[in-house]
Amino acid sequence: MDLRFTSEDIAFRNEARSFFESNLPPHIRRKQILGQRLPKEDVVAWQRILNKKGWACPMWPTEYGGTGWDAVRYYIFKEESCRAYAPDPLSHNIQQTGPVICAYGTDEQKAFFLPKLRNLDIWFCQGFSEPGSGSDLASLKTRAVRDGDDYIVNGQKLWTTNGHRADWMYCLVRTDTGVKKQAGISYLLIDMKTPGVQVRPVVTLDGDHHTNETFFDNVRVPARNLIGEENKGWGYAKFLLGNERAGIAKVGLSKARISLIKALAQRMQVEGAPLSENRRFREKLALIETELQALEMTNMVVVAGMKKSGGNRQDPRTSVLKIKGSELQQATTELMLEVGGPHSMAHQHEFLEALTDNAIGPDWAGTAAPNYFFGRAVSIFGGSNEIQHNIVAKAVLGL
Amino acid sequence: MDFDLSEEQRMLKESVDRLLEDRYSFEQRKTYTKAPDGWSRELWQQYADLGLLSVPFDSKYGGFGGGPVETMILMEAFGAALVLEPYFATVTLFGGCVRIAGTEAQKDALLPKIGEGKLLGAFAHSERNSRYDLADVQTTAKKDGSDWVLDGEKTVVIHGDCADKLIVSGRISGGQRDKDGIGLFLVDAKAPGVTRKGYPTQDSLRAADITLKGVKVAAGDMLGESGKAFPIIERVAQSAIQALSAEAVGGMQEMLDITVEYLKTRHQFGVPIGSFQALQHRAVDMLVATEQARSMAMFAAMMVDEKDDAERAKAINAVKVHIGKSGRYVGQQSIQLHGGIGMTLEYKVGHYFIRSTMIEILFGDTDHHLAALARAGGLIAPGTTA
Amino acid sequence: MDLRFTPEEIAFRNEARTFFEATLPPDIRRKQMLGQRLTRDDMVTWQRILNKKGWACPMWPKEYGGTGWDAVKYFIFKEEGYRAWAPDVLGHNIQNVGPVICAFGSDEQKAFFLPKLRNLDLWFCQGFSEPGSGSDLASLKTRAVREGDHYIVNGQKLWTSGGHHADWMYALVRTDTGVKKQAGISYLLFDMKTPGVQVRPVVTLDGHPYTNETFLDNVKVPVKNLVGEENKGWNYAKFLLGNERAGIARVGLTKARVRLAKALAERVYVDGAPMSENRQFREKLAAIEVELKALEITNMMVVAGMKKGGAKHDPRTSVLKIKGSEVQQASLECQMELAGPDAMARQVGFMEAKVADAIGREGMANSAPNYYFSRVLSIYGGSNEIQRNIIAKAVLGL
Repeated sequence: MDLRFTSEDIAFRNEARSFFESNLPPHIRRKQILGQRLPKEDVVAWQRILNKKGWACPMWPTEYGGTGWDAVRYYIFKEESCRAYAPDPLSHNIQQTGPVICAYGTDEQKAFFLPKLRNLDIWFCQGFSEPGSGSDLASLKTRAVRDGDDYIVNGQKLWTTNGHRADWMYCLVRTDTGVKKQAGISYLLIDMKTPGVQVRPVVTLDGDHHTNETFFDNVRVPARNLIGEENKGWGYAKFLLGNERAGIAKVGLSKARISLIKALAQRMQVEGAPLSENRRFREKLALIETELQALEMTNMVVVAGMKKSGGNRQDPRTSVLKIKGSELQQATTELMLEVGGPHSMAHQHEFLEALTDNAIGPDWAGTAAPNYFFGRAVSIFGGSNEIQHNIVAKAVLGL
Repeated sequence: MDFDLSEEQRMLKESVDRLLEDRYSFEQRKTYTKAPDGWSRELWQQYADLGLLSVPFDSKYGGFGGGPVETMILMEAFGAALVLEPYFATVTLFGGCVRIAGTEAQKDALLPKIGEGKLLGAFAHSERNSRYDLADVQTTAKKDGSDWVLDGEKTVVIHGDCADKLIVSGRISGGQRDKDGIGLFLVDAKAPGVTRKGYPTQDSLRAADITLKGVKVAAGDMLGESGKAFPIIERVAQSAIQALSAEAVGGMQEMLDITVEYLKTRHQFGVPIGSFQALQHRAVDMLVATEQARSMAMFAAMMVDEKDDAERAKAINAVKVHIGKSGRYVGQQSIQLHGGIGMTLEYKVGHYFIRSTMIEILFGDTDHHLAALARAGGLIAPGTTA
Repeated sequence: MDLRFTPEEIAFRNEARTFFEATLPPDIRRKQMLGQRLTRDDMVTWQRILNKKGWACPMWPKEYGGTGWDAVKYFIFKEEGYRAWAPDVLGHNIQNVGPVICAFGSDEQKAFFLPKLRNLDLWFCQGFSEPGSGSDLASLKTRAVREGDHYIVNGQKLWTSGGHHADWMYALVRTDTGVKKQAGISYLLFDMKTPGVQVRPVVTLDGHPYTNETFLDNVKVPVKNLVGEENKGWNYAKFLLGNERAGIARVGLTKARVRLAKALAERVYVDGAPMSENRQFREKLAAIEVELKALEITNMMVVAGMKKGGAKHDPRTSVLKIKGSEVQQASLECQMELAGPDAMARQVGFMEAKVADAIGREGMANSAPNYYFSRVLSIYGGSNEIQRNIIAKAVLGL
C-alpha cells in the first residue's frame, strides 16, 4: 500500500495544472468563480481548447480520441480542472452518448458522430426520463414503431437538460410492448430539427432555463440512427450510467468552493471582525473539510481499484462517492449562502446569466441563493440518493 | 393553559383562510407577481376591509387590538398561501415601530391610515456592512437647527420600493456598532435626497436599496428619544421574528402536506412511492420538525411581550434557531422527496422552500441566534451538583 | 388561547414542588444526581412515601387509588418529580399491569393486587418480548395449555427488566395456535417463585444486570390468574392509559440534566477556562435547550388537548416519544463529552452505589454507562422506527 501519487502522477498533475492555468479563458474562469451560468459559446470554446490539446474525451478508447489514461490519471485531470475553475465538459457528449457510440455504434455512426462530439460541433441532450418514469426509468412509454426505413416516434420526455441548445438527442424508446419492461427498449439518436420535435422550457428553482420537456409527434427517425440492436437499449443505457464514476464525487469542485469561501470570509465583516475569524464559522468549515478529506481518500481507493481492474469491476463504493459527494457539494453551496446572508436575497437573473457585470450588492454573493437552490438537484439526478442507498443496501450489505 | 382559539380569534382565522382560499391559488399568485408592484393592490384593499391591516393596533387608532396570537394566526395563513403583499413590512415592521415608540400624534397620524390600506411603510435599517448586528448603523443623522439631516445607504429594505413612508435608522453619535446614539426617523419615501432601487428577492417578494443624500427630517418626525432607538429596534426585530416564525410554520405545514400527497399519488415500480419505508420515515421526520416548529411559534407568541428583556431576547433567539433549522430540513426534504418536479418553479413546493430559506436569513440566521443564546447562558439556569 | 398555567395549576405546582423537596430522601436524590443505580429498597421506600401522600398511582380510577387529576396536573406532577430528582415509579406496577387489572381484572384480582401494586408490596416484571418476537410482538411463542384449573406454561421471555427483583410477572402467552396471531394470546399473572421459572441475568452495556431472560418450564399457573378473557390478551397489552403519555417525553428530567451539566461545567477547565465559558459547549447545550423548549410546548399542547378530552389521536403524542428519547439521549451524550477523560474508568461498584468514592470527579463518573444505557430509550416501548411507521400510517395516511 502506498497512499501517495507516483512521481509520474505528480509530473502529470503539474502538467495538467499549468495547462489549465494558461489555457482557461479568463472570462470563463471569472464566471465560474462568480457562480454564473455559461452561455453555449463558452462551453463550446472550452471544449475545443481541450480537443486541441487532445484531452477532449480522455476515457474514450484511444482509437477514437481517448488519452489512454488509467483511472488515477483521469482523477488527477478532473481534480485539476475543478481546481482551476474549468467548466465540466458537456457530459452528454463526452461521458454519456460518446462512449455508447464507441462501444456499440456502427462504423458509419462512429465516423459521423465521434469527431463532432469531441469538438462540440454537435451538442447532444438526453431523452431518458418521462413524466411517469423517473427512478423507475424502465417503465418509459415513448413509443417507436418501425415504418420501412424509419421509426415513427411518439411520446414525451422530461428533464431534457439543455434541450434548447441541443442539435441531437440520444433517446430511449419503447420498441416492444409485449415483453418485460427492460427488454423492449431501444436506443435512438434523433436530430432535434426533425419535424414533430417540440421543446418546452422548464424553469428550475434558480430561476434559470436549464431543462425542458420534449414532445414527439410522429417524429420520423431513420433506422440507421438506431444504436446497436433493437430492444437492447436498456443494456446500453446501463453501460452509460455506470460509465462515469471516477469524477462523480467532484471532490475538486468542493475543494475549490471551500477555498473561495475562505477567501470571501476574510473580506466579510461580522460584528466588527472578519468572518474568517469567527470560531463557529471556522468549525463549520473544518467539519466539512474533514468529511471531504475522507471522501477524497475513498475516491482514491476506488480509482486505484479501477486502475488495477482496468475499470471492469463495478466497485459498490462508487455509490458512497455519489451520496457523500452530493451531500458535500450541497453543504458548500449552503455555506456559501450563509456567508452571503442578506447580500444574497436579491433575485438577479441577468447577473446569474452573466448578461450584466453589475450585481445588486457584492458580486460574489449575487449567485449564492440560486446556486444553493439548484444544488438540491445534485442528490436527485443520476439516480437519487435514495436509489443509491437502495443499491448499497442490496449490493454491499446484502439486504 | 389553553391552546384553543377564542371565538374572535377563530373568526379572524376563518376570514383570512377563506379570503386566501378564494384569492390565493398558486395560479392566481402568479398573476399577482406580474403586477407593477409585484403584489395585488386590490387584495391589499380587501385585507384593509377585513380589518387585517390593523390587527395589532389599539382600538384607539381604529385597530383590532390583537396581540401576538392574532399575528400568529395571520402570518401562519400568509405563510401557507405564500402571500406577496407587504403586510410584514408595513404592519409588522413599520407599524411595529410606530406602535412601540410613536407619540400619540404620530400614532394618530399613521396607524389608522395603515389600517385603511392607505399607507405603505418600510423599515430602512439594514446596511451593506451590518449583516445581523442590529446596532451596526453607519447612516448618519446630523442636527441642522431643529431638523435632522440623514446621509447613508440602506440595503435590502423589504418592500422599500413601494413604501410611501420609511422609518430610517441613523447614527447620531458613537461608533459604527454602538448601541447608544441611534435615532429612528420618519421619512417620506419621495422626499428630496431619497433614491430607491427596487428589485425582486429570491422569494418573489420585493426589496430596495435606498440612498439618502442630505435628507431633511423635521424634529417632530423622530420616533422615540434621540439616540435611544436601539431598544426599539430590538423590540421590532423580536416582533418580526415572532411573525416570521408563524409564517414559517404555515409554509412547513404546506410543504409536508404537498409532499405527503405526492408520495401517495406518484407511482414508480408499480406502487405509490409512499409505500417505501425509507420515504415514509423521512416524511415523519418532516412532521416531527414541523410540529416542533409550531411549538416554537407558540412559544414566540407567549414570550414576545415578556417584560424581562433578557428572558424575552433569549426566547426569541431560541425560536429563530429552531425555525431556521426545521425550515431548512423540511424544505430540503420536500424537494428531495419530490425529485425532479420539486426542482421546478412550475410546481408549488419549491416556492415554499425558497421562502423558508429567506426566512432563515431575515433578522439573523441560525448561527447568529444560537451564538447569542449561548452567550446569554441558554434557556435553563444552572443547577447544583450532588 | 392562553399559554400559561392557571392559578390553580400554579398552586398545585407549588404544592408538588414542596412535597418533593421535603419528602424525597437525600440519599436517593444524591444517587439520582450522580446517575447511580437505585436499589430495590430505594424504589420501595419512595413508592411508599408517594402512596402515603395518595400520589402512588395518579392516573388509576379514583376508586382504586387514583387522584382524579387531569392530564395537565399529571404533567405538572411528573415535571416536578424530575425537577427534584425523584425516581420514576416502577412503571410495570403503576403504568402497565395496574391499569390493566383496574380495567379488566376480576374483583378478586383487584382486591388482592391493586393495594399491593400501589405500595410496592409486590414487584411486577413484564413477560412480553421473546427472542424471536421484538417489534413483531404478536408473533410470540410461549405456550400456555389449559389443564383443569391450571395453565401449563412453556417458553422463554427476553428483556425481563427487574426480573431478579420481581415477585410476579404479567405475561403474554399463546393459548390458541390455530388463529390469526393476535387472536390467540392471553394475559397471565404468575408468581415468580412457581417451580419451573428460571431467571438468568443479562448484563447491559452499562455493566449492570438490569434485565434478564426468563425460562418457563412446565410452569403451573392457576386459571384464576388469567386477566380478562382467554385469547383477548393482545387487546389488554395494547391498552395503555392515554394520559400516561403526558409524561413520556420526560422534559423535566432532561431539564434537570441540563441544569446539572451547567453546574458541572463550572468545574471542568478547558484551555485555562471553565467549560461553562466555552463557546462551543455553550452552543451545543443551547441547541439542546432549543429542542427541549419546543418539546415542552408540544407536550403542553398535548396535555391541554387531553384535558379537554379531544386528543386521543393527537399526532403530537408520537412526536413526544421520538423527540423525547432523542433529546434525553443528546443530554446524556453531552454530559459524557463534558466528562471527557473522567468518563473513561469503568466503575460499576460506584455506579451501583456499592463503593463510596469515585475514580475522578464523582459527578461525571457514571456519564459513560448512562450514555450507553440511554441508547435503549429509542428502542424500547416501540422503537423510534416503529413510532415512525405508526405516524406514517395513522397520521400521514401512507
